[in-house]
Amino acid sequence: MGSNRLTGIVKLALVVGSLQLGSVGLAQADTTILNVSYDPTRELYKEFNAAFAEKWQADTGETVTIQTSHGGSGKQARSVIDGLEADVVTLALEADIDAIAKESGKIPADWKTRFENNSSPYTSTIVFLVRKGNPKGIKDWGDLVKEDIQVITPNPKTSGGARWNFLAAWAWARAANGGDDGKAQEYVAQLFKHVPVLDTGARGATTTFVQRGLGDVLLAWENEAYLSLEELGPDNFEIVTPSISIKAEPPVALVDGNVDSKGTRKVAEAYLNYLYSDVGQKLAAKHYYRPFKPELADPKDTARFADVKLVTIDEFGGWKEAQPKFFADGGIFDQIYKPGQ
Amino acid sequence: MAFRSSRRWQFRQPSVIPGFGLALGVTLSWLTLIVLIPLSGLIWRSSGLGWSKFFALASDERTVNALTISFGTAFVAAVINLVFGVVLAWVLVRYQFPGKRVIDAMVDLPFALPTAVAGIALTALYAPNGWIGSLLEPLGIKIAFTPAGIVVALVFVGLPFVVRTVQPIMEEIDKEVEEAAATLGASRYQTISRVLLPGLLPAGLTGFALAFARGVGEYGSVIFIAGNLPYVSEIAPLLIIIRLEEFNYPAATAIAAVMLVLSFIMLLVINTIQSWSRRRYGYGA
Repeated sequence: MGSNRLTGIVKLALVVGSLQLGSVGLAQADTTILNVSYDPTRELYKEFNAAFAEKWQADTGETVTIQTSHGGSGKQARSVIDGLEADVVTLALEADIDAIAKESGKIPADWKTRFENNSSPYTSTIVFLVRKGNPKGIKDWGDLVKEDIQVITPNPKTSGGARWNFLAAWAWARAANGGDDGKAQEYVAQLFKHVPVLDTGARGATTTFVQRGLGDVLLAWENEAYLSLEELGPDNFEIVTPSISIKAEPPVALVDGNVDSKGTRKVAEAYLNYLYSDVGQKLAAKHYYRPFKPELADPKDTARFADVKLVTIDEFGGWKEAQPKFFADGGIFDQIYKPGQ
Repeated sequence: MAFRSSRRWQFRQPSVIPGFGLALGVTLSWLTLIVLIPLSGLIWRSSGLGWSKFFALASDERTVNALTISFGTAFVAAVINLVFGVVLAWVLVRYQFPGKRVIDAMVDLPFALPTAVAGIALTALYAPNGWIGSLLEPLGIKIAFTPAGIVVALVFVGLPFVVRTVQPIMEEIDKEVEEAAATLGASRYQTISRVLLPGLLPAGLTGFALAFARGVGEYGSVIFIAGNLPYVSEIAPLLIIIRLEEFNYPAATAIAAVMLVLSFIMLLVINTIQSWSRRRYGYGA
C-alpha cells in the first residue's frame, strides 16, 4: 500500500509538473481572449472564432484561443462591471456598454465612434414568428392587440432583445397615429395585456413559444426567428415581417481596461476589425444578421432578408435618452404594469 | 436535553474529548467567513441608503407584492411538503416493499439536480401542451405560468427537507407505542393524532422551516414556470435581478435585506414553536 501510494504521489507530481511546463511553453505563443456576448450570438461566434484563430495564425504565426461567454445582455454587462476579464464585449444594447463605461471606467465614453457604423458590424431587426399557416392572420403590429391574440416576448427589464421589441412596437404605433406618443403608449400598454408570460431572456421566450406551444406570435430577433425555422423545420412556423420595425444595432467594444492589463490589445482589436472584413460579414449574413456591408456577403444569404421600413434608435433620442425614459425604475414600462391601468 | 436546568448556560461543558477551543474557533471563523461577512455586507450596503429611502424602496407596492408572492407560495409549498413529506417518510420507515431503496434514494434527487433543470422539466410537464398540463387544461386549471406553478416548483425543491428530518425520528418511535395505544382502546385516528403526530411535530416543524426558507430564496426553478408578470407572478428574487439589470444596486440590496429580516423572523417564530412543542411532548430532543 505504502509504495503504491508513493508512486501515485510521484506520478501526480510529474503530471502537475508537466502541465505547468506545458503551459509555460505555450504562454509565449498562445494568447487567450474573452468575448463576452449575449444569448443569440452563440452560433455566429462559434464559427467566427474558428475563422479568426486561423487567420491570426496565418498572419502572425501565433495561436489565439477565443473564449466566448453568452447570457442575457444586461447580466453580461454586470459581470464585466464586477470584474469579468472580457477583452471585447459584443452585446445586444448600446445602453449595456454605456453602463460598463460609466460604472467601471474600463471603456472610454466615446467607444461608439471607434468602429464603423456606430460600432455595429451587423444589425438585425424584430419580426413576428407565427404558427404555420398563420391561423390568426397576423400581418402587422395592429393585429397583435386583437381580442384572442396572445403575444410572447421576454421582459424588457431583463432582456436586451425585449427592449428592441418594445421600441419597434412603439415606433409602429407612433407612425400609425401621426406621431402621437400618448397613443403609442396606449397601444403598447394594450399589447402587454396580451402577454401571458414574461421570460427573462430571448432564448427563454423562444422556448415558451416553440416548445411549450404558448401564444400566437413571438416577437423575436430576426436571426432567432430564422434559427427557430431552421431548427424546427419550416413546416411548423413561419416568419411575418411587419410594415415597420426597428433597426437593432448590437454594438461591439474593446474593453481597454482589461486588454491593457492583459497585454491583448492588438489581438482583441484585430478580432473586432475582422468582424467588418468579408469573412466576418459573410458569417454574419449566414447566421441571419444583416451585415453592415451587404456587398461583402453572400448574395443568396442577403436575399433572405425581407424589405422593411426600419426606424433607428435615433428617433428615440438614442439609448442615452430611451433607456431611462422607457426602461428605468418607474419608466414607461413600469407604468404600463401599474395596477389599475 | 440531558443537561437542562442550572448547568444550561455554562460556557463550557466538561468533556472527556479534548479540542473544544479549537473546534469552537474553527466553527466561529468559518461561519464568519461564509455566512456573517457576506450577510453583513448586504446590511452594510443597504444601510448606506438611510432609513427614509430604505423604507421607500422596501414599501414600494411592487416590492411588497413580490415579497407577498414569494413568502406566500413558499408557505403553501412548505405546508404541502409537510403533509406529504410525513406520509412519504411513514411509508419508507414502516413498510417493506420492492423498490423501496430506489424510492428512498429518489427523495434526495431535488437536492442534487440544478434547480433550473427542474424548472424547465416542470414547465414542460405543466405547460398547456405538456403531459400533465394538457390533461388539466380542459378542466380549466392552469398551473404553469401562474402562482400555482411557483408552488409546484417549490414543492419539488423543498420535498427532501421534511422527509429527511422526520424519517430518523419516526424510526425511533417503537411499534410498541402504537400497540400499547391500541390495547388501551385508542382508535386508529386517536393513535395517529394523539400518540404519533405530537412526537413528530418538532422534527416536522424543522423540515417545514427548512423547506420554507429554501422556497423563499428559490430563483432557478421558479423563473421558468412562473410567467414572471409584475404584480401577478413576479417573485422577490426576480425583482432583485431586475433591479440589478437597472444597475440599481441600492434597491436590490434593500429588497434582499427585507427578505433576510423576514426570513429571520419566520425562522425565529418556527423555532420558538418547535422548542415549545419539544418541551410539551418531550420527543426528539
